[in-house]
Amino acid sequence: MNHKIKSIIPQLLTLLFVVAVIGFFTINAQLNMEERGIDFGYGFLNQESSFDVQFSLIEYDGSHSYAKAYLVGLLNTILVSVLGIIFCTIIGVIIGIARLSPNYLIRNTAAWYVEFFRNVPLLLQIFFWYYAALRALPLPENTEPLFGVTYLTVKGYYIPRLIWENFDILIYSILAAIISIVFIRNYARKLQEEKGQQLPVLLISVGLLLVFPAITFVTGMVQLEVALPVLKQLSKTSFIYAEGLSIPPELLALVLALSLYTATFVAECVRAGIQGISKGQKEAAASVGLTPNQILKLVIMPQALRIIIPPTTNQYLNLTKNSSLAAAIAYPDLVLVFAGTALMQTGRAIEIVSITMLTYLTLSLSISVLMNWYNKKIAIKEK
Amino acid sequence: MLRTLKTLMYLLTSIALLVSFETGAFAAKKSKTLKKTQKMGFVRCGVSQGLPGFSNADASGNWTGVDVDLCRAVAAATLGDSGKVKFFPLSAKERFTALTSGEIDVLSRNTTWTLSRDADIGLTFVGVNFYDGQGFMVRKSSGITSVNQFKAGVSACTNLGTTTELNMRDFFNSKGIKYEPVTFEKADEVVAAYDAGRCDTYTTDKSGLAAQRIKLSKPNDHIVLPETISKEPLGPVVRQGDPVWEDIVRWSLNVMIEAEEYGITSANADSMKSSENPAVKRLVGAEGELGAAFGLDNDWSLRIIKQVGNYGESYKRNIADTGILPDRGPNQLWTKGGILYVPPAR
Repeated sequence: MNHKIKSIIPQLLTLLFVVAVIGFFTINAQLNMEERGIDFGYGFLNQESSFDVQFSLIEYDGSHSYAKAYLVGLLNTILVSVLGIIFCTIIGVIIGIARLSPNYLIRNTAAWYVEFFRNVPLLLQIFFWYYAALRALPLPENTEPLFGVTYLTVKGYYIPRLIWENFDILIYSILAAIISIVFIRNYARKLQEEKGQQLPVLLISVGLLLVFPAITFVTGMVQLEVALPVLKQLSKTSFIYAEGLSIPPELLALVLALSLYTATFVAECVRAGIQGISKGQKEAAASVGLTPNQILKLVIMPQALRIIIPPTTNQYLNLTKNSSLAAAIAYPDLVLVFAGTALMQTGRAIEIVSITMLTYLTLSLSISVLMNWYNKKIAIKEK
Repeated sequence: MLRTLKTLMYLLTSIALLVSFETGAFAAKKSKTLKKTQKMGFVRCGVSQGLPGFSNADASGNWTGVDVDLCRAVAAATLGDSGKVKFFPLSAKERFTALTSGEIDVLSRNTTWTLSRDADIGLTFVGVNFYDGQGFMVRKSSGITSVNQFKAGVSACTNLGTTTELNMRDFFNSKGIKYEPVTFEKADEVVAAYDAGRCDTYTTDKSGLAAQRIKLSKPNDHIVLPETISKEPLGPVVRQGDPVWEDIVRWSLNVMIEAEEYGITSANADSMKSSENPAVKRLVGAEGELGAAFGLDNDWSLRIIKQVGNYGESYKRNIADTGILPDRGPNQLWTKGGILYVPPAR
């Protein structure tokens, strides 16, 4: 009994303290807002926002509501986070493996890359890519095409726009391809377990992914038109590329800075993961006759991943939260659109900041849940 | 557990009641903000992060500008020394939160007076110290000489969280032009982006365009288009809920404008005490008890005129002589063809 009380009291005190602190802040805010004649409520979300946003994944203009503006900002944040995570993973894995390369030049280049990019503050890097690097790009009228049909200019990266007809049929064909790949993989595994034969699964998979959509094109079910960027004159000296798709330079700079910065940390996670596997594993695998590729794929990586995933999750979370630095270079993310312009136009500081905080919390927790699920999936399954 | 919670709630409610009672009692007697300001010994004034002519700091941290002078006037009135001001450089996005949260007591930051800002978010506008309107700046080489020559696809750089963002939409929508808004938090970032060619036009208040043009790498390559697309009455703002403080700031501004009207300057203010005109004598504190209503002494207005000068002096020193807008336009006294007209100080 005595012991039980002893263990409960500190917890109870902590709970009381937390309740008291939250209560104090709530009452304090309420009193101050009342005194200054500020009312509280989320009704403003249905009002017309009356401001435009430079870049949006969904259809939006100022005649839509603040709730829609929030969605625009949220989607832009998710876009930059997803792109950042993809690129930082690719660069990170390459650099991480390169740091262990037996080649002196590759090893040291990778080491220098890591030391340089992780030791310069991220905001500076964002400013560098936006103001120094991207700003050095030519004006639209002086731009030489890149890959024939795309134009990288100071006003944005103009690429051809794809106009699909019956886009859903294409999606179905890809889904069909994926389902058949799953079947073939299962069959291949069974074949190997029972008869020891190996099927070229990768080759078949890629083939299916190409053949299925190709059929829909050949039969004319799906049609694709390409709208190329065309130079358009706005005034005597001002040009843009119309018709095509324009990727704003703000997005380019942000994705570049975020992925190059976060990749250094991912690279270190990868290196730690690979070095964490004892040498004996590699030697044992080699002695049963596996090729170097098979050793990496079947022996080293499955074990290394268990070490790599948890710290890499942290880096993904950091990247997502760091994407809020977008506001510094006019990329319309959640912070700029919602906690910036919308906050200013409505003056609802407490409401908007609370929504924004909850949103980032939800985003971070979702990434955490996803990565924990993956971590569990690849963890050692003890029978 | 439930009992403890209940007790706690009682405790918190009684504390809350006590606090609210106390603040109510103070406000009735004297301005809480004035009392706090006099106790601290300086006026906390929110200004821009650098807008020549309005609020701009030089290399050694001395602030100048017409917005700055308003804060200096309030300091001269309430503390007796126009130098006792602490300046808080704020972005457009931060300014109102800084004021409503109590970080500053006067916001004098080329802020447009609008209905929703005045009525909605706990602010009170006390007057207008600059009548402005939104305009566009473009490169001379573009050949554009009127806003009617803008075409679909035009990109416009501007500041985040301003009325500019809203006016720009109204304007381009009314013309049926699709445009690309590029909004930055800091004015310097807007200027840098426009300078680098990211945008075809830079839009903000015309006074702001004139002031920021100096910061461009080649100011003479750019022109401000003649059209004005909105009304932008800029003025000082205070927090809602302290009517006496609101009056002090309002009349500090009015005194500066009225002093110009009666020809009282920083140089001749003392000698004006023996003027024949009772309106002049009231302004320099030689007649009447004008300060008493605010809880100030009778020389408050004299100090403003002596230490800061009248509105005309402030305008000349900050905006005309610096070459930003030599022509006073609407910001001329009503007696001289402008629209500056303030209620009489009596």
